[in-house]
Amino acid sequence: MASKLKLKVNGLVHSVTASLDTPLLYVLHNELHLHGPRFGCGLAQCGACSVLLDGKEIRSCVTPVAAVSGKAITTLEGLPALWAKERGVTAASPALHPLQQAWIDVQVPHCGYCQNGMMIQAADLLSTTKNPTEEQIRTAMNGHLCRCGTYPRILTAIKQAAAVMAKGGK
Amino acid sequence: MTGLLRERELSRKTFLKGGGAMIVGFSLAGAGLGAQTAKAADSPFASNGPYDQFQIDSWITINADNTASIKSGSISQGTGSTTGILMIAAEELDMDLSQVMHVQSDTNVTPDTGPKLASNTIKNAGMGVRAAAASARQALLALASAQLGVPTSSLSVSRGVVSGGGKSVTYGELLGGKLFNVRMPESWNMGPPPTVFFLGGLQPGQSPAKPVSQYKVVGTSPPEIDIQGIVTGTGVYIQNVRVPGMLHGRWVRPPGQAVYGFGAPIISVDESSIKHLPDVRIVRKGDFLGVVAPHEYDAIQAAAQLKVKWAAPPKVLPGGGDEFEAMRALDSAGKSVQTATVVGNVDGALASAAHVAGGTFGWPTNVHTPIGACCAVADVTPQGARIFSGTQGEYKTRETVASVIGLPVNKVRVTAVPMGGCYGNGMQYRDAAAAAALMSQLAGAPVRVQFMRWDEIGWDNTAPGTLMDVHAGIDAKGNIVGFDFTHFYPQYESELVEHVAMLVGKPVAPTIVSGTAAPFGIYNVANGRSLLKSLPLKGNWISADWFRHGSRIPVTFATEQVIDDLAHAAGMDPVAFRVQNVSPAARNSLLAVLDAVTRAADWQPKVAASKLSDADVVTGRGIAWYGLSGTDSATKIAAIADVSVNKKTGKVTVKHVYQAFSSGLLVYPGGVANQNDGGIVQVISRLLVEQLRMSRTNVTSSDFVSYPILRFKDSPKVTSILLQRRDVPPQGVGQEVTDVAAAAVANAFFDATGVRMRTAPMTPARVRAALKAAGAA
Repeated sequence: MASKLKLKVNGLVHSVTASLDTPLLYVLHNELHLHGPRFGCGLAQCGACSVLLDGKEIRSCVTPVAAVSGKAITTLEGLPALWAKERGVTAASPALHPLQQAWIDVQVPHCGYCQNGMMIQAADLLSTTKNPTEEQIRTAMNGHLCRCGTYPRILTAIKQAAAVMAKGGK
Repeated sequence: MTGLLRERELSRKTFLKGGGAMIVGFSLAGAGLGAQTAKAADSPFASNGPYDQFQIDSWITINADNTASIKSGSISQGTGSTTGILMIAAEELDMDLSQVMHVQSDTNVTPDTGPKLASNTIKNAGMGVRAAAASARQALLALASAQLGVPTSSLSVSRGVVSGGGKSVTYGELLGGKLFNVRMPESWNMGPPPTVFFLGGLQPGQSPAKPVSQYKVVGTSPPEIDIQGIVTGTGVYIQNVRVPGMLHGRWVRPPGQAVYGFGAPIISVDESSIKHLPDVRIVRKGDFLGVVAPHEYDAIQAAAQLKVKWAAPPKVLPGGGDEFEAMRALDSAGKSVQTATVVGNVDGALASAAHVAGGTFGWPTNVHTPIGACCAVADVTPQGARIFSGTQGEYKTRETVASVIGLPVNKVRVTAVPMGGCYGNGMQYRDAAAAAALMSQLAGAPVRVQFMRWDEIGWDNTAPGTLMDVHAGIDAKGNIVGFDFTHFYPQYESELVEHVAMLVGKPVAPTIVSGTAAPFGIYNVANGRSLLKSLPLKGNWISADWFRHGSRIPVTFATEQVIDDLAHAAGMDPVAFRVQNVSPAARNSLLAVLDAVTRAADWQPKVAASKLSDADVVTGRGIAWYGLSGTDSATKIAAIADVSVNKKTGKVTVKHVYQAFSSGLLVYPGGVANQNDGGIVQVISRLLVEQLRMSRTNVTSSDFVSYPILRFKDSPKVTSILLQRRDVPPQGVGQEVTDVAAAAVANAFFDATGVRMRTAPMTPARVRAALKAAGAA
């Protein structure tokens, strides 16, 4: 039974029609055409589908769309604007969030499919823990799976981004 | 957003003309299609490749804006090899890397350079690109000479600008938008596979290709071309492709495969079981069953809820996880096909050896399980088919799809779209394309099929388990005198194992692939025997396919532990023992990687397990190495691992792996380093936690709980050391990087505990049992 819902995604309010139990992932991907969150397992086991819900990482593949109406959803595509907001910058948004820049600088991805969830989870971590230890990073990231084996480079990239963010992006 | 709005307005007809689908790759790579595209624009299904591959135009198009579009057949699947291909092209054309674009591989546009597997993109397809680019540069210089009135010997090129005699002209001005119409020499073997796949084109430095000493681009490490799109979400994976009027499809089958050859026979389908999902349609042909719906979640629910009565599979699989005994039983029952490679007299040598080491080793069945579940989009009409596929080989996928839907190959156009991981997952991605095509044909509409996680794990064409009996001996001076290796291995019946084709009664003719070369070729072994006992899949085993380097990982896991045991028996440092016994023909290259890795890790010579501790948590360091053949030009790898072992819990933690890698000319060292880093982590995952579960009838692993892979907390630190060799052509990278780290970890475990772990995965329960059995815990 399809219902009309309003979703606030990356700062914009979208009207969508979907049955209330449809997982958020399919609405983001198929209705809003956002490619950041990706289907990996459909079981909340791998984290490829992660988005931020009011700043906290959730698994969009098992979260019913009805449960997020009225809350702020941030996808990979919205990370640059989120970073601008965190810095109180109202001018043109930066092209990239420091995490995205670090992922490029460190050349993290192989296939890249899981990296959406990695960056989303890292953004959640760095929003509460400005200068995480290696142990804190490993613990925070432990629920996200990569098959290509990029964990070591992700660790390096998160440390780099944390350092950049601690200096306000400079 | 404007792009998306425009897309919604497109009709299906527009899509079929190629305008509506989101088909660009991660970069702007899809923008500059070659000359052949225009030729085919009148038919949406035309699939007329490969064109004459001796023509430069089949590989390279010079655009008016002084850029070049490169057609190579390379595929974005996470290895970075497409970046390497562009580097080769830029190098030979004397253009900047920013001036070359990669054209999306497509059976109506790009050459056929074979499936991109077995680490062959740079090694083989790269030879074709090098040949075409070097020829293109020659042709462009001839044009410039005529236009500028300057002899070619007085011309130079930089960034695609030809200069000489105080004048200059750009490639774009010389040829922009026009064809070369220049044919390369027949001796270069530039035709479709098997020629260009294996031996077509030019090696580095082979005239008229540029001398290696003059390289400016090849051998550097620019950013990988796909990464920007990946981290911003602007890149397009196959999973993101959508076309107007598209339905979402899911394949309906039991959650885990039965013995190969049984298929999934349907007794009955209760259509009323999904009547509460009114938009869903059931599609079926033979035993192939699917559901399609406009909304993806409807299709997912329908596939999960549709009640189907399946025929009961035979109880022949090794339930309970003891697949190794099952292999031995098949051999005892006379079902193995045996191949032996023998030198000297190994039985006599071992009988008179001062010391013999060895034992039985097992590596369990693994699955590929890429995080990006396989996906394809197909529009099949009676006139032809348009297929978007996450594939390693668009031409091979075209053959599979054409066979399943009954169309000639030149009416099945396959476009390759970046995929979310592969590792050799070949039959799975071809199955996804065939399933989408079949559902589209049955539904009369475009269909997108994405696999669920249980499709990926439960129906993977697995890396089959391996059982190895290994014994080797030394004389009193620590010289290896004999090496006896018996290898039980389910055969890959590659082509048959395409499940869609099997279920609709159109199996493709099989290719039997099995086994590995004599694993002791890097040692100086006068008496050796490598006996391969291949076990037929049909009626005996589940489906199988390559997973990166096939059986080389288990083989190295076994042989390098036996070598380590011999060093221990000789009272020698494991590095010194390897140096003493190295094959003379491969000595220089092997010692080069050994030297590199021992320096990086600051290896301190000692006899393994000579400093055992009574503590609950103990540490150890181990080494292993491997060479693809016993010659100095082949790939060589050496790794050192540091581990800790908690003897109470049985938990093994791999703390750090150092790996030195030598594989001829490294075209794109940055990409190689990333492969080396990741390859180590992936094989540590397979070593520590992975094992496919089966009952007597079916695979029972279906997700990341029942088939766990390594997690962040357990990931080792990695240090990659690359050896650049400009004197040897590229040798391949993607699979070789996974070959030795598991053996190094097993040897480190022995150093820490004095106990051998001869069976993977090294789970806490298995480690506790091994330590207890040895009285070490």
